[in-house]
Amino acid sequence: MAGRKAVRWHIAVFLAPAVLVYTAIMIIPLFGTLNLSLYNVQGENRIFVGLANFATLFGDPRWSASFWNALRNNCWFFVIHMLVQNPIGIVLAAILSSPRLRMAAFYRTAIFIPTILSFVIVGFVWKLILSPIWGIAPGMLDAVGLKWLYGPWLGKPDTALITLALVSVWQFVGIPMMLIYAALLSIPDDVIEAAEMDGLTGWAQFWKIKLPLILPSIGIISILTFVGNFNAFDLIYVAQGALAGPNFSTDILGTFLYRTFFGFQLQLGDPHMGATIATAMFGIILVGVCLYLFGIQTRLRRYQF
Amino acid sequence: MKKTLRFTLLASTLLAGAAHAEDVTLTIESWRNDDLTIWQDTLIPAFEAANPGIKVTFAPTAPAEYNAALNSKLSAGSAGDLITCRPFDASLELFKQGNLADLTSLAAMANFSDVAKSAWQTDDAKATFCVPMASVIHGFIYNKDAFDALGLTPPTTVDEFFAVLDKIKADGTYIPMAMGTADQWEAATMGYQNIGPNYWKGEEGRLALIKGTQKLTDADWVAPFEQLAKWKDYLGDGFEAQTYPDSQNLFTLGRAAIYPAGSWEISGFNTQAQFKMGAFPPPVVKAGDDCYISDHTDIAMGMNAKTAHPEETKKFLEWVGSAEFATLYANALPGFFSLNSTPVEMKDPLAQEFVSWRGKCKSTIRSTYQILSRGTPNLENETWTASANVINGTETPADAAKKLQDGLDSWYKPAQ
Repeated sequence: MAGRKAVRWHIAVFLAPAVLVYTAIMIIPLFGTLNLSLYNVQGENRIFVGLANFATLFGDPRWSASFWNALRNNCWFFVIHMLVQNPIGIVLAAILSSPRLRMAAFYRTAIFIPTILSFVIVGFVWKLILSPIWGIAPGMLDAVGLKWLYGPWLGKPDTALITLALVSVWQFVGIPMMLIYAALLSIPDDVIEAAEMDGLTGWAQFWKIKLPLILPSIGIISILTFVGNFNAFDLIYVAQGALAGPNFSTDILGTFLYRTFFGFQLQLGDPHMGATIATAMFGIILVGVCLYLFGIQTRLRRYQF
Repeated sequence: MKKTLRFTLLASTLLAGAAHAEDVTLTIESWRNDDLTIWQDTLIPAFEAANPGIKVTFAPTAPAEYNAALNSKLSAGSAGDLITCRPFDASLELFKQGNLADLTSLAAMANFSDVAKSAWQTDDAKATFCVPMASVIHGFIYNKDAFDALGLTPPTTVDEFFAVLDKIKADGTYIPMAMGTADQWEAATMGYQNIGPNYWKGEEGRLALIKGTQKLTDADWVAPFEQLAKWKDYLGDGFEAQTYPDSQNLFTLGRAAIYPAGSWEISGFNTQAQFKMGAFPPPVVKAGDDCYISDHTDIAMGMNAKTAHPEETKKFLEWVGSAEFATLYANALPGFFSLNSTPVEMKDPLAQEFVSWRGKCKSTIRSTYQILSRGTPNLENETWTASANVINGTETPADAAKKLQDGLDSWYKPAQ
C-alpha cells in the first residue's frame, strides 16, 4: 500500500469528551496555579516576580520553618501508613482469602465500611471517643486496668500526629485489604495446587508463592498511599482545625496550604504564596510518583498465567 | 353586606399584590447564623412595620466560611445589599477594594463614639464604612450555687483569684476552671486578652504597642502569660484535648465553677445552665488598682457599594444606627452590647453585670486586632498558639513573648 493512511477521526472524536473535561477541570487549573505562584502583589499591582515566592518559601526563616515542619510531619504521617496500614491490609486480605474462614463477607464489609464514611464523621467520632471528658477511651482502659496508659492524646504535641495517623489508618485499611484480596483471588488454583504438590502449605505458601504474585498490587497501594497522604488535609482540619495544633505538631502540607491560601481568622488569604506551596506539593508528589514508576515499577516481575 | 365584604377582600388582595410588586427586597450578608430567628422574628418585622415597601431578608453563612464566601460573592456581583462587617482589616480591605460604600455622611454616625467607630474606619479616621452594632466584653462567669456552697466571694485581686481557685480545688466537688487548649483561641481570647488589659493598662499599652514604644517582651505584656502558666493546675483532666464546646458543657452541666468568658455566652448559658450564675471582671494585681476590661468592637453593618437600592439600604442603616435598634438588639441578644451612645436598658441580670463594668473600669479592645495583624506572621494567630503553649507548659512565658515580638518585628515597622 503506497497510499497514505486514512485519518482516523474517530479516535479524536472518542477521546474529545474526556480530554476536554480533563483539560477544563484539571490541566488548566493546574497551570493556573503554577502561573499564580510566579506573581505577587506589590502595592496595588500584581507583578511577575519569577521564583521570588519560592525564595521566600525556602529562604525566609519563618516560611521555611513552617514548610519543613509540615513536610516532616507529612513524611511521618506517610511512614505510619506504610508501616501500619498496608501490612495490616495484607494480613487481613490473607486471612479473608482463607477458605476456612466463616462469615468472610461480613468481616470484609465491616472492615471496609469506615472507608466510605465522611472525614467529618470519622474525625468527629474519634474526637469524641478519645475525649478526656466524655470519651469512652478512658473508661474502657480503666475497665481493663490500664487507665495509666490514657492521656489526652490529641492535645499533646508528641502524640497528636501519631493518633491522627492511626485514625486515618483505621479509616482506610479497607482499601489495601480489598485490592490485595482481589489480587489473591486472581491467583489461579493450578498454581496453588502445584505448590501444594511440592509440599508448600500455610505461611510458607503465602511467603513463597502468593506474596511475589501480589507484589505489583502492593506497589500500586504504596503509591496510592503516598499520593493520598501528601494531599491529605480533611482529617487534620476536622480534628484539629486549620492551626493544626497543638503548636503545629499536626500541621501537614495540606493544612499549611489551606491556611496560607484562604487565610485564617485575622490572617488574610495570600493566593500567591498559597499557589507557591501548592506547586511545591505538586513537585514533591511528582518526584515521588516518578521515582516509583521508573525506579520500582519497571523492575517488578510480572507473571503471566 | 356579604357582597361588600367580598369586594373589599378582592380589592385588598389586588392592592396588596400591586404593593408587593413595588417592594424593594434588601438582603443581609452575615456570619451570625445563630441569630437567624432574632432577625426574622424581632428585628426585621420592626423595621418593615415602620418602612412599608421595603422587605429585608437575613441570609447568613457559617462563621468560618463567611469571609471567603463574601469575597467571592462580592467579586461575582451576587452579594447582598447589606454586609455585616468584621472588625478592622477584613472590612478595611473590602472598603479599599471599593466593595463597601463610604457611610461617613450617614446621620446615624453621630450616635457613636470615636472608639466605637474605630474598628470600621480608615487608619486616618477620615472615612467610616460600617455602622457599629455591638461589642463583646470579657470577664469570668461563675457558678453562684457552687460559690455559695463553698462560702466563696467573687475575687477582685489576682491573689484572691488564686485563693478562690485553691479552695475549689481542695474541696474537689468542682473543676475550678472550665477551659481547654485544644482549639487554641480560647486560651488567647478568653485567657490572654481577658486578663491582659489590667497589666498593659488597656488603651495606653495597646496604642504604645502600635507606636512601637512598648514591646511584647516588656514586663507588662509578659505578665498575663505568667498568670496563664499558673492556670494549668486548675483546669480539668486532659484539658489539652478539651475543645471550646467541651468547656461550655462542663460549665453549664455544673461540673466546673468558673468559666473564663466572653459576654456572647450569656444567652446560650441562660438556656443551658440550671443554676444561678454571676460574673466578675478580670481581677486586678493590687487592691485599688485601676481596672481595665476588654470591650471589643465586634460587629457592624455596611453597604455593598454596588447595591441596586442605595436609598433603601441607607434607610435601613440609619435604623441600625438608631436607639430603637440598639434596644431591640441588645435585649434580643444579651451579651452583645450596643455601641450606641444612648444608654440601653437591658433586662438580663448577667448582661447588666457585664455592662456595669463599663462604668467602673476603662474599656479597651483586643490588642492584636488593629494594624498589628496585617502582616505575616499574623500576630493574632501567633497569640493563639503562644497562649495555648504557655498554658500547656510547653513554652515559658518569656519565650512565648519573645517569639511574638520577633514575629512582629519581622514585618512591622512602627512609624517613629
